[in-house]
Amino acid sequence: MTLLKSLARSPSAIIGAVLLLIVLVMAASAGWLFPNDPLSLAGRPLQAPFANPRFPLGTDSVGRNVAAQLFYGARTSLLIGLISTVVAIVIGIVVGALAGFYGRWIDTALMRVTEAFQTVPSFILLLLLVVIFGSHIETLALTIGIVSWTAPARLTRAEFLTLRNREFVQACRGLGMPNWRIIFLEILPNALPPVIVYASVVMAFSILLESALAFLGLSDPNVASWGNLIADGRRVLRTAAYVATLPGLVILITVLSISLIGQGLNDAMNPRLRRKG
Amino acid sequence: MRILRLALRRLAVSLPCMLIILLGLFLLLQLAPGDAIDALMGQMGSSDTALAETLRQQYGLGGGVATRLAVYLFNLLRLDLGFSVAYNQPVLTVILQRLPVTLLLMVSALSFAFAAGMVVGVLAARRVNRWPDTLISMLVLIFYATPSFWIGLMGILIFAVKLNWLPSGGISDLSAGFTGLRLVLDTAVHLILPTMTLALIYFAIYVRITRASMLEVMTLDFIRTARAKGLKEGAVLVRHALRNALLPMVTILGLQAGAMLGGAVVVESVFTLPGLGRLAHEAVIQRDLNMLLGIVFMSSLLVIAINFIVDLVYARIDPRIEANG
Repeated sequence: MTLLKSLARSPSAIIGAVLLLIVLVMAASAGWLFPNDPLSLAGRPLQAPFANPRFPLGTDSVGRNVAAQLFYGARTSLLIGLISTVVAIVIGIVVGALAGFYGRWIDTALMRVTEAFQTVPSFILLLLLVVIFGSHIETLALTIGIVSWTAPARLTRAEFLTLRNREFVQACRGLGMPNWRIIFLEILPNALPPVIVYASVVMAFSILLESALAFLGLSDPNVASWGNLIADGRRVLRTAAYVATLPGLVILITVLSISLIGQGLNDAMNPRLRRKG
Repeated sequence: MRILRLALRRLAVSLPCMLIILLGLFLLLQLAPGDAIDALMGQMGSSDTALAETLRQQYGLGGGVATRLAVYLFNLLRLDLGFSVAYNQPVLTVILQRLPVTLLLMVSALSFAFAAGMVVGVLAARRVNRWPDTLISMLVLIFYATPSFWIGLMGILIFAVKLNWLPSGGISDLSAGFTGLRLVLDTAVHLILPTMTLALIYFAIYVRITRASMLEVMTLDFIRTARAKGLKEGAVLVRHALRNALLPMVTILGLQAGAMLGGAVVVESVFTLPGLGRLAHEAVIQRDLNMLLGIVFMSSLLVIAINFIVDLVYARIDPRIEANG
């Protein structure tokens, strides 16, 4: 409760929440406002925004409704962001917890693998995974999660290293509690707050990754995606700049809202650091 | 001597890392549908299984997993990255042709981000919590959230289409046939927009880091001592505070090297620059797995090399760092 209260006092959290709410409403109302398939041809191509009441934000270079694609794109981006963040955080927590709790050779081995993952540029690894596993939307969410678990793993490990020798852990050991219970039920809840704050960074980043993939034409072609729309707008940049401009602004607002909420969470959890900035 | 020992230690650490990457790539290769021979056979339009088997033996692609892994590692050790069917050239040759453009782009973007980020970060720290600081912090958040390909397109729209000040793509004006200094100048003009596009997010990161570490350093005792000695504020800022605030910035430089290579894929595609990133994009579209694996391998080597250099720079800035530290 105190967390919620201090969140409500943080201006960045409030602005972020309002912006995210707008995107959530867009995603939720997409099917109701635009019952037709957003990727179907709806009318004459390249009608400017506000010119035709049927297409409030105009049509793209092949005549698909821009507004409908923006609304359905919100679904795609939020879905990708949510799934890949959960994947990245779960892998990160398991790796980090095992490395930090057991130490010694388990720690060394897991950290070497983490280093290897950090050495390969994640976007290029993502391209490789897309070639091998395909770009179906669910697969994509998974692969984006697979390339972004290293930072959460390091965070969790650092927390476990400071927590594993505390008195409450020794008490649990003294009670004869099995290791998995100590790790996941006793230490993890205490190690979680910084990882949760970091989840906002992972989510913002996954949304940007998917939009970049879609821009390169490598995302799922069967779902409406903001990146796809920008790629289409690029072809008509000279004559109809709105096609590329609008989805970019929506990505910016979405990612910004998540970053702002993350910053608010961070301030609320570390009140000491707030004044220092 | 100290630097040399540090370098050797660093190399010893990166070897197992590279080995894990190679094992991972080999594993992925096993998961991929079809192999290089299938691709080659497809190219030749042949479906002769006996021929395919002979070719497999010849290229070391037959036999058990262990033999294949040994052949794979041995080939990479000799920097033999295989043959690209799509380019009809060895993978390494194509990659080395494309590397300079990417390096040029990365170096110019990093230099700009580092220098501008430092200046703006110090400025924000000097006016902490007043309007210039708030404005800078807000801009940084926005830059952080902007997709780079979109900002690149907006740059083209404004500076190439509307104002007609800068070229919209390419590395130089091929039709003009410039040589010497004119060519350098022309290339520089072509690189302005891509550099700015790639640098934006790193600029934002550097502003944040400089601001935070300046605020941290300025509260320490040695700054008070420097002021008490009667040093001018500018000297305190540059000679004492900034030098110490530089350390976290250099660390980030190494951490961001990989991310920057990934960013180059997108930026080079937006501005049609003939670099490594665009090559990666082309390889994906042509399903040229050999080429893509080669790019992953080379870019990992590049990241290790950059981190190596960063470590040496770090040791020069901070004399406390020892080889065993």
